[in-house]
Amino acid sequence: MLHVSASPHIRDRVTTRSIMLHVIIALIPVIIASFFIFGLKGPMLFVFSAAVSAGFEALSRVVMKREQTVGDLSAIVTGLLLAASLPAGTPLWVLITGDFVAIVVIKQMFGGLGDNFANPAVTARIVLSVSFAGQVASYSVADKLAGIDLISQATPLMVAKEGSQAIPSLLDLFLGNHAGCIGETSIAALLAGGIFLLVTGVIDIWAPLTFIGTTVLFSWATGADPLLHLMSGALILAAFFMVTDYVTTPTTIPGKIIFGVGAGLITGLLRIYSAMPEGVSFAILFMNILTPHIERWTAPRALGGIKHAKAK
Amino acid sequence: MRMNLLGLSRSIHPKDNKNTAGMAITPLSGFSKVTIPLNMQIGPGCEAIVAKGDHVDVGQPLGRPTGPWSVPVHASVSGQVASISDEIWSDGSLAKYVTIIPDGLDTVSPEVKPPVITDKASFLEAVRNSGLVGLGGAAFPAHIKLNPPADKPVDTLIVNAAECEPYITADCAVCCNDPDEVVAGTLATAKWCGFDQVIFGIEDNKPDGARALQEAIDRQRNHPDWPRNGMTLKVLKTAYPTGAEKVLIHLLNGRVVPEGGLPCDVGVVVHNVSTLHFLARYLKTGMPLIKKVVTVDGSAVAEPGNFEVPIGATIEEVIEKAGGTKSNPGKIIMGGPMMGVTVDELTRPIVKHNNAILIFNEEEAALPEESACILCGRCIRACPMKLMPMALDKAARALSVKELNDRHVLTCIECGSCSYVCPAKRYLVQNIRNGKALVQAAAAASAGKGGKS
Repeated sequence: MLHVSASPHIRDRVTTRSIMLHVIIALIPVIIASFFIFGLKGPMLFVFSAAVSAGFEALSRVVMKREQTVGDLSAIVTGLLLAASLPAGTPLWVLITGDFVAIVVIKQMFGGLGDNFANPAVTARIVLSVSFAGQVASYSVADKLAGIDLISQATPLMVAKEGSQAIPSLLDLFLGNHAGCIGETSIAALLAGGIFLLVTGVIDIWAPLTFIGTTVLFSWATGADPLLHLMSGALILAAFFMVTDYVTTPTTIPGKIIFGVGAGLITGLLRIYSAMPEGVSFAILFMNILTPHIERWTAPRALGGIKHAKAK
Repeated sequence: MRMNLLGLSRSIHPKDNKNTAGMAITPLSGFSKVTIPLNMQIGPGCEAIVAKGDHVDVGQPLGRPTGPWSVPVHASVSGQVASISDEIWSDGSLAKYVTIIPDGLDTVSPEVKPPVITDKASFLEAVRNSGLVGLGGAAFPAHIKLNPPADKPVDTLIVNAAECEPYITADCAVCCNDPDEVVAGTLATAKWCGFDQVIFGIEDNKPDGARALQEAIDRQRNHPDWPRNGMTLKVLKTAYPTGAEKVLIHLLNGRVVPEGGLPCDVGVVVHNVSTLHFLARYLKTGMPLIKKVVTVDGSAVAEPGNFEVPIGATIEEVIEKAGGTKSNPGKIIMGGPMMGVTVDELTRPIVKHNNAILIFNEEEAALPEESACILCGRCIRACPMKLMPMALDKAARALSVKELNDRHVLTCIECGSCSYVCPAKRYLVQNIRNGKALVQAAAAASAGKGGKS
């Protein structure tokens, strides 16, 4: 049988699935680190959330009678990222609720991958932190030496805000050996994943660089400790995995810079001046909403494009 | 995936598959029949001036032009006209075919004699009589291209030897084989059409072709017709689509063809090397365009190679004579894999502007399934015209003429880079092509109504 089709007749090997697989691989160091910091509970939450997300994705496509998309692995990425931004003590039913909000409400109800205007994991985290403040704010860390599974502790940003305990050392911050969300504490693991995504060409540097840079500069300018702000909270996780999300951030370099600077400014403002210790999620959600407009402002100029008369 | 730390625009690099590079051009003959379409060009074709049963000789006109754009079509073999029939071409258009059963003698028609050229008008007339259309693949009538409107003076002739499509090596084979004829054709064209400057463009993955051309150019430095501002060869970095007209102009002399415009809008005419090579031969011998060098390649082809084939020979017979297929054909492409046109049947003939016949096996021919756009931006970075293909795709699917215009859809050169890189395997070019047609139809409709917008 002969095929007749429109050109081009050859395609690059990169697929949506291979891109998502790269992101999952980039998250593996983070998952491993969570085991050393939070014990078995860390990796368990990751795997559980990924599985539940994939389940919700598959189920919603069946219910909506649309083609099955669970194979593109994007639901697994969302599940992992949501788990990464929750503390180890999160009850499973809260996590399931979060996966439902992310996959069913934010992603599938808006048309599925590519049509969701907001980052599902980020938005679900916000929903959880607003609705179940008690359950998702019980930060803790495993203390292997004392043989205690999980002990409650304040996060470095909470400490900085309330000044109740000593701030962890820079090395502990870098390795992630302190209380926090299971995928956010280890800067070392996040950097490994981020560098992997940069080297493999999945993401470019603009959004992470401007996002981190702006947040750090802002905290420095307002007299806060820039290193603490650099190495704690959701900043690095978000820099490599959320402000680089294809669907909900701009596609052009100027757009990415605007997004990064905007998200960094809002993060800084919320961290320093609001009642909350952390502001990354809200910053990203706000910039997600602005993204279609940024996209329009920063559209590249077509080579040879002429100005068209306004339609009457 | 390759690292792209700064997210900069960059052209795509499909595997170049120039398997036939350096291969000699093998002439093929002894075809059992030839079917010659009478409209192998952009614009109206010819009307038949031979009838069933007539004997025709090589180079004898089979059709008479029907309009100022139309160029004649000639017999590529000697023999008897078996039929004149209406056929539906792969793209759905209607074409008149003249089928000739060759007598195997290849008697040359007495009408074939070198043209007498005294001025630009007689040169253009000769170009037209030769049946020449752009051999790069677009089949734009050469005499029209060489004679832009008086209000659009042209000063530069760009000779396109880029051959940026994967697989194809036909142009490079011509350059290596016969560089002096290429330069002779260029000099004649520059002389009669008044080009002050000639620039050759070739990619750096064809060092043999580049060297041959450079040496041929150097040999003619003292030629009386040497253009006033010189003739140079620029070797360009291999990157798709270097050979696309608008891209090549921009790369070679920095001029930008405006949206919906032609190269003559910026004082440039671009011709393919094979076009100029043919012209030199024609000026010497008077033999019109009846043969074409084509690259035969692809995953289903047993023995890839470059062949000189009479126009009208069926693809089936060409493949057979070239060594046959080694697996079931899944797709036949006239031209390269990026911009070539698929053909629905092996019995289709070789036409004037063919530069390659690619036969893909069934596995390679399988069409990828489209999924949702994930806004990754790869198409934007790949677009040589700095468009946002995914936005054009969306606008075209929404039939939004305004959005398509605002996003300058008519600057799209349909090079295929966007579809090539798309991880969601979206049919971007196909939809953008529909979008262009939509915009053109809307413009025609508003012009028809005397609208001012």
